[in-house]
Amino acid sequence: MEDHKKFKQQVKTIYRLMVGLFGLFAVAALSVLYLLSNPNLFEKSKPETEYVAVVEEDDYDKIENGIHVRTGLVEAEGLMAVVNNCTNCHSAKLVTQNRMNKERWISTIRWMQETQNLWDLGNNEDIIVDYLVANYPPVNKGRREVLKDIEWYDLKE
Amino acid sequence: MKRRNFVRKAVLGTMTTVIGADIVFGNVLPEGYQPLALQDPDPFKMFDKDKGMVVLNDKPWNIEAKAHLLDDKITPNKFMFIRNNGLIPEDIDASKWTLTIEGESVKQEKTYSLADLKSKFTQHTYQLTLECGGNGRSEFDPPAKGNQWTIGAVSSATWTGVRLRDILEDVGIKGDAVYIGYHAADVHLSRDPKKEPISRGAPMPKALQDETLVAFKMNGEDIPLAHGYPLRLVAGGWPASVSGKWIDRISVRNIVHDGTKMTGTAYRVPCNPVAPGEKVKDEDMCIIESMPVKSLITYPKTGATIQQGKKLNIRGHAWAGELEVSKLEYSIDFGSTWKECAIEKPANRLAWQHFTANIDFPKKGYYEVWARATDARGISQPMLLPGWNPKGYLNNACHRIAIKVT
Repeated sequence: MEDHKKFKQQVKTIYRLMVGLFGLFAVAALSVLYLLSNPNLFEKSKPETEYVAVVEEDDYDKIENGIHVRTGLVEAEGLMAVVNNCTNCHSAKLVTQNRMNKERWISTIRWMQETQNLWDLGNNEDIIVDYLVANYPPVNKGRREVLKDIEWYDLKE
Repeated sequence: MKRRNFVRKAVLGTMTTVIGADIVFGNVLPEGYQPLALQDPDPFKMFDKDKGMVVLNDKPWNIEAKAHLLDDKITPNKFMFIRNNGLIPEDIDASKWTLTIEGESVKQEKTYSLADLKSKFTQHTYQLTLECGGNGRSEFDPPAKGNQWTIGAVSSATWTGVRLRDILEDVGIKGDAVYIGYHAADVHLSRDPKKEPISRGAPMPKALQDETLVAFKMNGEDIPLAHGYPLRLVAGGWPASVSGKWIDRISVRNIVHDGTKMTGTAYRVPCNPVAPGEKVKDEDMCIIESMPVKSLITYPKTGATIQQGKKLNIRGHAWAGELEVSKLEYSIDFGSTWKECAIEKPANRLAWQHFTANIDFPKKGYYEVWARATDARGISQPMLLPGWNPKGYLNNACHRIAIKVT
């Protein structure tokens, strides 16, 4: 009996030792693997604030210099109504390229409602039209404009 | 580090290999967020376009060239404008593609596979000038609605295909046929499957011309996807919207085709001249047919500075819809005097023609070189904007470049 107990004890000790060793080995291996894939782990474990800043930079509706970055639309009253109703089917570039007065912006909306599956804008229509007229009004170009934005360069022949 | 994050890192690693660059701060990406590179592909890479091309619209894709990019005698894909009314079709299987000829005025409906078209009919290659009806729209006052094309919605590539006439003869056409209209695989912006983004066409005489092709090759290769792969119509000299892309059906009509963008203000101009901004009734609008005479100075790029005493070589192209260009003149004094310069014959009917000139400047200063083409009927380009129309079509005003002599 005595021998039997002693043997059991020894087996238990070896078992614990092996479990311990294996555990250590596993931790070491994982750490090495992790470090290999992230060589700058220790330099980068800086404060969380850095992450916060980046999250803000990824802001879906970020405004920069008065421009809604994602769409290129001017930031002004009514912006989000335009973003939400006017950029589902077509690009905002189709809005920002154009210059129209109130009557023509409204007739463009009607045309889209009659032929392009645009929904009833409800109370948003006035908000959208006001935004468009204020920010994308017609400009007078006359019968021919002067050449603009010329990038001068030396012509080598 | 938590195990969850470790797993997340592994997933990001896979995304990283897809994008080809590290996703910095990938570990703080909101869950379910797709990095921009995956949802917003680079149009220049996607369509194999030169970086100098200008994106006017990304949904639908509309991209134009600049004058100096169009210097090649035959326009390569990388400098060819893209004009789309809808979304480019996806998952095209050319081996299963068919073209069906139908409509009120066919004797029988008939369907051809691409292989049928290529083997059954004689193939022809022509250089054909395609210009968007709205090229130059950006200059109209009051402004016209739509993509604000400047000067770069024009190209002249070589197209290979079979004559639409040969197909129509094989099908058999009734005597009452007046118009053909195409139907295509592109998708309406609203993704409504019942709506066609565009379905235009041409009257029978244009449809039956030698040069009106059902094309499967551009510049000797399969047509690029954005330009209509695997099959498109090419009707040179008319608004490029007549040259339907991704076509799978052609209707032979006993009325003027009434498909999308054939009616209202689309590709139509007032039958009689109107004052700028005037309202025009539907019944007073006429469908645009042949495009007007026009030219572009493609060399040098605007903004060139040269030394006094040096001569300036210029070159470019001129085209005139259905007609040939008979004369090309240039002016360096805002039209006070014009000098005629050499212009080549077209490679074939409906191809643009090339001109060159060698210019002397009398003294130092700022100049503009203006080019003016005249067609076979003696009609020239205006120096000012031509007649205003509600959608801003057909601006063929003279092109000009700025030059400084120092």
